[in-house]
Amino acid sequence: MPTETETGRGPAVFDIVDESDLIRVRKVLRTEAEAAGLNLVDTTKLITAGSELARNILNYATGRRGRVRVEQVRRQGKLGVRATFADDGPGIDDVDLAMTDGFSTRGSMGLGLPGARRLVDELTLTSATGSGTTVVIVKWQR
Amino acid sequence: MNEDVVPVMRIGDTLLVALQGDLDDTTVIRIEEQLTREVSRTAATGMLIDVSRLTMVDSFIARVLARIVAMVRLLGAQAAVVGIQPAVAITLVELGVPMGHLDTALNAEQGLALLERLRRGDTGLD
Repeated sequence: MPTETETGRGPAVFDIVDESDLIRVRKVLRTEAEAAGLNLVDTTKLITAGSELARNILNYATGRRGRVRVEQVRRQGKLGVRATFADDGPGIDDVDLAMTDGFSTRGSMGLGLPGARRLVDELTLTSATGSGTTVVIVKWQR
Repeated sequence: MNEDVVPVMRIGDTLLVALQGDLDDTTVIRIEEQLTREVSRTAATGMLIDVSRLTMVDSFIARVLARIVAMVRLLGAQAAVVGIQPAVAITLVELGVPMGHLDTALNAEQGLALLERLRRGDTGLD
């Protein structure tokens, strides 16, 4: 699969430190989804996935903080939105388990990661115990 | 934190609340507290939660909506969520949020009819 290239639009980069940043993430993703020509359903899915991932940072990351980077990308003539969520948190011991529906270490429904994966076209999770977690999602225009 | 965060309309014995805007978690929790308080205070027999102006409902907001409905039922009233946007419905199903047990209707008018059937104990299943 050819890799995507940045179009130069964006990037929007900011820290996720409190709940108001959930709203900021949703706003930026909506703006970028519309700019990339995503339809309403895909826009809604991308925003919702981003909201879940930003909340993961507030719930799990060390110091409850992390960073997000949102930018427009292009692959084979198609525009998309790529969002990168990174934290310096404790990392995820078992990535496969964390991607399993219903798994949670906090008594939530455990839908965050597996749910977010279903809502986007691509989700890549990189993590190691003690060295933080990075989740990259991409949603393409149809 | 006893101040109201959303306007609540009263139609007969039914409370109607319309949620709108981009809701952060604190606001959602305050809405939950306000609505349970209102049902208890007004002794309403039903509540409709209109979400037609919410363009995004993530798993947290969905979970609290389900909790509000459960609490209203515990208080002895009926509750339904009305006006879920099609894009939001598709997203919630793919996200995997269990909403199947929630009573829902297309709009407030159909919601009122639904509450009436629920009050009569008519589930529409027989």
